[in-house]
Amino acid sequence: MSEQLIVCRGLSKSYGRKPALSGVDLEVGRGRIVGLLGPNGSGKTTLIKLMCGLLQPTAGEIEIGGLPVGVETKAQVSYLPDRMYFANWMRAVDLFDLFRDFYRDFDYEKAIAMCRSLGVEPHDRLKTMSKGTKEKVQLVLVMARKAQLYLLDEPIAGVDPAARDFILHTILTNYNEEGTVLISTHLISDIEKVLDEAIFLKTGKVMLHDTVDHIRETQGKSVDALFREIFRAQPLEGGEF
Amino acid sequence: MDWKLTDDRPIWLQLTEQMTRRIITGVYPPGSRLPSVRELAAEAGVNPNTMQRALAQLEQDGLAKADRTAGRMVTQDTAVLDAVRRAQARVVMEQYIHAMAELGYTPAQAEALLKEEKL
Repeated sequence: MSEQLIVCRGLSKSYGRKPALSGVDLEVGRGRIVGLLGPNGSGKTTLIKLMCGLLQPTAGEIEIGGLPVGVETKAQVSYLPDRMYFANWMRAVDLFDLFRDFYRDFDYEKAIAMCRSLGVEPHDRLKTMSKGTKEKVQLVLVMARKAQLYLLDEPIAGVDPAARDFILHTILTNYNEEGTVLISTHLISDIEKVLDEAIFLKTGKVMLHDTVDHIRETQGKSVDALFREIFRAQPLEGGEF
Repeated sequence: MDWKLTDDRPIWLQLTEQMTRRIITGVYPPGSRLPSVRELAAEAGVNPNTMQRALAQLEQDGLAKADRTAGRMVTQDTAVLDAVRRAQARVVMEQYIHAMAELGYTPAQAEALLKEEKL
């Protein structure tokens, strides 16, 4: 097993002529919970999609567990997309059946147990569920796998603050201990306590990658406060808001 | 007892302080087994690695010992517990003296007042 779980070298991705990521060098170890933080349009989702093979890099390379992204890495990566992709007529248990067929590491019993603790009835049809409940089902699907890498794209955006804590608790108590969890979000204060490391993305570049405790030690402020400082909106041409 | 975490300082340090407090106030009695890293991390809503670091500090301070089979135990060494309790008491007294100085009392007057008020 290679030491670093994720390695990106000179990773770039453009959509047509528009660059989304430019020259990202990044190494992330195992057994970590990492926040991928940045304002809208900074490249968070692009980076995650490159890691799970939904996009191909324009330049540079990316390896998961020492392998280029492909069939073998997909078996080790559990991905929570930033949008729903399920048919409305399905029930949660139908999805669990599907995932059991597709992923060797999917734990059906665990998925049912997680539904119970999240207050989701696994035999309800998706079309009868609220947006937040559907997000919980999605989270269950992703966390019930024993993966090496969990890629969670905005896992807490659609749920209320009380459910957020519960979801974070679910992530904390269910991830595979040797596995790494990468969470993208702009709701930093909500997840700061559970993070080992933070990666700040700005206009497609990594501008900071450090442990949360080290940031607090050296800056004397929370990651959330630092984020607000770095990404404070700049009025154009020196104007005022 | 709830976990209180503030924004301005490293989380592991705050966890160490609050675990220390729990030990010297007897929430975790001498010789008892501490909950696992995972349990404590889930309870405080923090990353297990952060809690691990906090517990490692407790071991360094002599307040807890890692046992090969039973996880982590609170020390039974009363000398260590007394020393830590004494150090915390000193901090509280310093705060008192400092606050009284702001009100214009000398340390001697502050001490006399404390006796007078029979707190």
